[in-house]
Amino acid sequence: MTSATETKSKTLLSHLVDTGAHQKLLAFASLIALLIGFSIASPNFMQTSNMIAILQATSVNGVLAVAATLVIITGGIDLSVGTLMTFCAVIAGVVLTYAGMPLPLGVAAAIGAGAFCGLCSGTFVAKMKIPPFIATLGMMLILKGLSLVISGTRPIYFNDTPGFDQISRGSLIGEIIPALPIPNGVLILFLVALSASYILGRTVLGRYTFALGSNEEAVRLSGVNTDAWKMGIYALAGGICGIAGILIASRLNSAQPALGLGYELEAIAAVVIGGTSLSGGRGTILGTLIGALIMAVLTNGLRVLSVAQEWQTVVTGAIIILAVYADMVRRRQTN
Amino acid sequence: MAPIVSMTGIEKRFPGVHALKNVQFDLEAGEVHALMGENGAGKSTLMKILSGIYSRDGGDLQIEGRSVSPDSPRAAQDLGIGIIHQELSLMNDLTVAQNIFIGREPRKSFGRLDEAALNAQTAEIFAPMNLTLDPKAPVGSLTIARQQMVEIAKALSYRSKVLIMDEPTAALNEAEIAELFVIIRRLRAEGVGIVYISHKMDELKRIADRVTVMRDGEYVGTVDAIATPINQIIAMMVGREVKDDPLDVPDLSQAEIALEVRGLSRGREIHDVSFSVRKGEILGFAGLMGAGRTEVARAIFGADLRDAGDIRVHGQAVPIASPSDAVRAGIGYLSEDRKHFGLATGMSLRDNIALASMHRFTRRGGALNDDAMRDAAQGYIRQLGIRTPSDTQEVRLLSGGNQQKVVIAKWLLRDCDILIFDEPTRGIDVGAKSEIYKLLEELAAQGKTIIVISSELPEIMRLSHRIAVMCEGRLTGILQGGTETTQEDIMKLATQREAAMQPTGT
Ligand SMILES: Nc1ncnc2c1ncn2[C@@H]1O[C@H](COP(=O)(O)OP(=O)(O)OP(=O)(O)O)[C@@H](O)[C@H]1O
Ligand SMILES: [Mg+2]
Repeated sequence: MTSATETKSKTLLSHLVDTGAHQKLLAFASLIALLIGFSIASPNFMQTSNMIAILQATSVNGVLAVAATLVIITGGIDLSVGTLMTFCAVIAGVVLTYAGMPLPLGVAAAIGAGAFCGLCSGTFVAKMKIPPFIATLGMMLILKGLSLVISGTRPIYFNDTPGFDQISRGSLIGEIIPALPIPNGVLILFLVALSASYILGRTVLGRYTFALGSNEEAVRLSGVNTDAWKMGIYALAGGICGIAGILIASRLNSAQPALGLGYELEAIAAVVIGGTSLSGGRGTILGTLIGALIMAVLTNGLRVLSVAQEWQTVVTGAIIILAVYADMVRRRQTN
Repeated sequence: MAPIVSMTGIEKRFPGVHALKNVQFDLEAGEVHALMGENGAGKSTLMKILSGIYSRDGGDLQIEGRSVSPDSPRAAQDLGIGIIHQELSLMNDLTVAQNIFIGREPRKSFGRLDEAALNAQTAEIFAPMNLTLDPKAPVGSLTIARQQMVEIAKALSYRSKVLIMDEPTAALNEAEIAELFVIIRRLRAEGVGIVYISHKMDELKRIADRVTVMRDGEYVGTVDAIATPINQIIAMMVGREVKDDPLDVPDLSQAEIALEVRGLSRGREIHDVSFSVRKGEILGFAGLMGAGRTEVARAIFGADLRDAGDIRVHGQAVPIASPSDAVRAGIGYLSEDRKHFGLATGMSLRDNIALASMHRFTRRGGALNDDAMRDAAQGYIRQLGIRTPSDTQEVRLLSGGNQQKVVIAKWLLRDCDILIFDEPTRGIDVGAKSEIYKLLEELAAQGKTIIVISSELPEIMRLSHRIAVMCEGRLTGILQGGTETTQEDIMKLATQREAAMQPTGT
């Protein structure tokens, strides 16, 4: 009775695509609809420069959303991704600008700091049994405060670190194919997403991530050290926030300690628009990417159409509700 | 008189599964109609169609001569159809009374809840059931058996004309089953039509009037329950004879002691329990509901922390503080409650079977060898006869008995030296049951140590080389397995309540 028709060797790329691809269809269709709608409404929208701007805007939120996805699949939530990103940017600033260390060390320090903070959140959740919402809410505030303390509430500029701004703004692809000046930030997002998708789909850590979200007690009673794995996932998510910290610092060529609050909500919005269930056990990175793109297209398109900032916010909120509702309806039909 | 329920030509398809093929079923008022069949035969699916949970793809459903299509459980209730599901569907954080009256709570003015009336009415439902349960207790704090009683009370409270019971006794012990039967007989006398699904063959003769048998989604036949021999019904179910070998108790007096438990205590649930099991031995644990057998197993396994007690594995003291410690020490524990503690139901068969053994399928760097996982899963699907379209099917879409087989497969794959099986055959059909008995005996013969906890005395007596009996958290005695021990011997120990007694036997 078992089907032997399963494709044997999946490539990395196909894995990113085929994990529950039908689920993504809806989000993908909305993305296309938005793109078409805005192109018709404004001739400026479909310009290459504008498309690049959208992608650039997606990169930071996209990376954060990937981090948030990992935690949400375990059945948790991470409210600290935004301020953790800022904290990591500040750490990079301290290492590079204040201490004058070489570039790779700064990048490593940011990612390491992110992973460490994630590990802390993970410890609060797994070992101390603090609900993820509370643990990461606390972490969000702690990190916001620490960023301000460490930086002395002033931005740290990276003018002395040549090449730092190129991490996000340069374009390796553009150097090879001049017609396609895709910024490195987008390339990095793509690599992060690909790795996360690989981890989720093809490694033990990933399998346990889903299992924890599906039924943590059953996993524990299977003799799995659930606490350790959960801490690992939070640490991984933290490390990814570190990458986001480097991206945003590079884009602004500075670490802005006051920035960060609000990013967590945008990231979570991208995750749920992408069809990941907030109750855990279900979700994909591809969905999250599409979700992040929808958010960026929306913000950008409304700006191109000169919709007032206040109304942009209203529309974004409405879209989130609509997207999740549509997903619910679809789910009810397939069950 | 027209039957109260009449189903003809019922069809139902799920993706990859033709679950019901031209099935018929009818129910008279005032009869107990048993619905029998192997795991995955389609019994639950048929009853879910009757009770408005699934819509049918074809066929006709008549209630009291009128064609109907209930499209929700609510609509079915309005037609007088109540169902007790195979998988418990109670809200753990609500109290017993709140669960029973969910959706129709007694109210005072301005929509305020009348908690007093709620609890009083619940007590009224319990009284004729002989059930001593606090209406105010949160359901999550009750044992499965008691939760099952709450489900039954809930279904009764609707005053249904048709009552469907999908394996109501799977989690009940003898005494509770007897009580349930008293209730069923009373309802039958009142003219309620009862559909009764069970894998316990002996219950047929005790409670059923007619039996309808299904196989592979097809209707096989309907026969009189009293006049038809059990063997014939089993043959109708499985399409062959089921032969069960008698118990053969090996002499293990020379075998090494594999697991030794000394002075195990935990709160009010476990008092000073000590026993040992030898390599190659099957030790059965008998006792009434709440005797503390599951608690002992969970404490040994590290699922709950213990107040006192030493655990020695192969003569070595092992500090067990968590299930992962226990598994590392070679102890596996199959929980009695597969839905909450056994399965990640949203994940595939393959993942669930591999869940306790991921290290085997992990390459360096943490990448999973999915091909090997698939092969392992497919091996068990074949060995245990798990009915599923593929090993990537989500476990929640399997029938109850097939889900149970997945949990068994998970622990077989883990290959522990010492296996504790808590109600291993819950919801498993007769044919598969005897296969699992043989499997456990093979494992023991290979030198594994097996502990079986079961509320079914015949199962305990069929399997155990020795029988440990518990009562109210104490081990009241250990009996020899085999023919010289009778059910009465076990029951005597299981009800030995005096506090100052000494354990007897080895
Ligand atoms: N929602 C569903 N989606 C897909 N397949 C399903 C679904 N529900 C049931 N099935 C399949 O239909 C078949 C019949 O299942 P059903 O639950 O009716 O069996 P059953 O006779 O009640 O078995 P058991 O004795 O194990 O409870 C099984 O093969 C099962 O896997
Ligand atoms: Mg069933």
